[in-house]
Amino acid sequence: MTHLSGFREEQIDYAGLITRAKRGDLLFGLIGLVVMMIAILTLMTLIVDLALDGIPRLSWDFLTNFPSRRAAQAGILSPLVGTTLVMLVTAILAIPLGVMAGLYLEEYAPKNLLTNIIEINVTNLAGVPSIIYGLLALGLFVQTFGMGETILVAGMVLALLILPVVIVATREAIRAVPGEMREAAFALGADKWQTMAFYVLPVATPGILTGAIVGLARAIGETAPIITIGALTFIAFLPPSPIQAEPPFLNFQWLNSPFTVMPIQMFNWVSRPQEAFHINAAATGIVLMGMTLLMNGLAVWLRYRIRRQVK
Amino acid sequence: MAEKDTGWDFHMFSPSPVYLMRRRVVDVVMRGLLFLAASVSVLVTLGIVYVLLSESLAFFAHVPVFEFLTDTQWTPLFAQTRYGILPLLSGTIVAAGIAMLVAVPAGTVLAIYLSEYAPPRVREVVKPLLELLEGVPTVVYGYFALLFVTPLLSTFLPVRGFNLLAPGLVMGIMILPYVTSVSEDAMRAVPRHLREGAYALGFSRLQTSLRVVVPAAFSGITAAYILGMSRAVGETMVVAIAAGQNPNLTFNPLESAATITAYIVQVSLGDVPHGSIAYQTIFAAGLVLFLITLAFNIIGFFLRRKFREVY
Repeated sequence: MTHLSGFREEQIDYAGLITRAKRGDLLFGLIGLVVMMIAILTLMTLIVDLALDGIPRLSWDFLTNFPSRRAAQAGILSPLVGTTLVMLVTAILAIPLGVMAGLYLEEYAPKNLLTNIIEINVTNLAGVPSIIYGLLALGLFVQTFGMGETILVAGMVLALLILPVVIVATREAIRAVPGEMREAAFALGADKWQTMAFYVLPVATPGILTGAIVGLARAIGETAPIITIGALTFIAFLPPSPIQAEPPFLNFQWLNSPFTVMPIQMFNWVSRPQEAFHINAAATGIVLMGMTLLMNGLAVWLRYRIRRQVK
Repeated sequence: MAEKDTGWDFHMFSPSPVYLMRRRVVDVVMRGLLFLAASVSVLVTLGIVYVLLSESLAFFAHVPVFEFLTDTQWTPLFAQTRYGILPLLSGTIVAAGIAMLVAVPAGTVLAIYLSEYAPPRVREVVKPLLELLEGVPTVVYGYFALLFVTPLLSTFLPVRGFNLLAPGLVMGIMILPYVTSVSEDAMRAVPRHLREGAYALGFSRLQTSLRVVVPAAFSGITAAYILGMSRAVGETMVVAIAAGQNPNLTFNPLESAATITAYIVQVSLGDVPHGSIAYQTIFAAGLVLFLITLAFNIIGFFLRRKFREVY
């Protein structure tokens, strides 16, 4: 037969091929499932480990006491206040700046070399290690400008750090606004800025907010850049209050106050040999994780709602 | 030609010249402000380059570049000062290498599973969970590495206290969500008709994934690895907490060794006077770190852009 048709007729075991292919499919599906389970299990272990170590230590006293040399009396009041104030500065700087930059790149930027440079630059900045931002702040803000290790400098460096996150989120949110919307606004006689300010930005706001929350959640946990600017690890006082009884009621001295933040306090306690401080570190970690998970969860929920609205 | 009297006074509808003028000014001013906001990111990069270069140049005026790159000792804080970056580099490479050994296989399998296998409902649950994993503060991962993984490892391996293995493994878990989501994006960008063609030829799901989707998404997947590597190299807190602070030219993951980032943290926590060589060393080390991550980021950027352009 073979010499007649020119083809070598082989006995192909199709049933066997299919069985093997199906077995491979099943096997890989299982492997994928196992890897996924391991990843999720690790997250669970991390949370449970932290919770077991730290929850017994969590109390109202822990939240309202100052850090102390005696582990049992130590609390996280000054890091808690420090983190709140630093985040306030970061949000006030990063959100407007990031939204404006994103709006420019998405809607205004002409297609030219400069735009290309800015875009590549934003992508690259997102990948620069956070500790390098710390060196920038140390060399420029602290040493060259002589601003010192203050809440303002910490807020500024974290704002620069999360700027790419806010820019990218803004661009995605603006891109998702339907083009008809802009055309309708133009047709009614609105100019570019009016279209942006009254039509595009309001529609994009939930998406922008999601990005801003993710960025701020990242900033809350950042430790390296704040250590690099030389923030103190032991602070047993609060910055001056932003609100005062006498006019003008607002006080901005807190911006120039020394401070500490929660990740630094946690790092400080982890680095000590005594176990009692490790427990404090775990308790601080729970509060910190609680804050970031809450913010990230909020962002995930917001994104989920937006997606449903778009559908 | 005389205008026909329509009974309408069209001036009623046209905006006043003052309004038009004001609106024009606002539009132009906003355009300028938005451009300035977008330029901030370029200023940040310039600031980073300026700070790193100017301090490093001062450092290299004292220490020859050749010595910096070839000396096998790094002891800037001791009486006998030696300035060889190699021990810090080896620590960095070992820790990041272990992280990649975890994140590359697990991330690839997870990405294939999520993109090709998992039912949409599983994906909808797992992706937000992975995002939460990405949001855990790095200092918490450091705690986990030092106080959970290291004791666990010491039950069956000869590790005591600080070592490179535990932070490496934990960093692997830490960058896993990132590697997974970038690879999955790349696989999802592979057009449907390629998969359908494969199925029509009788490929199984696994064969389609491994022989069609993965090769088609190859540049994007490689980008995920490289960008993940860049993150592992720049990660600070996990290694600063769990890897120890003695520079050690070793490739043994069971030993303790400082990384570039851990060294910068160590110096920042101490009182090193501004302008001293010890102060300048952190900028020289930072410059090396910046150049490494920059190289990774640029390669990753172009690989990612490539997979976007093909389809």
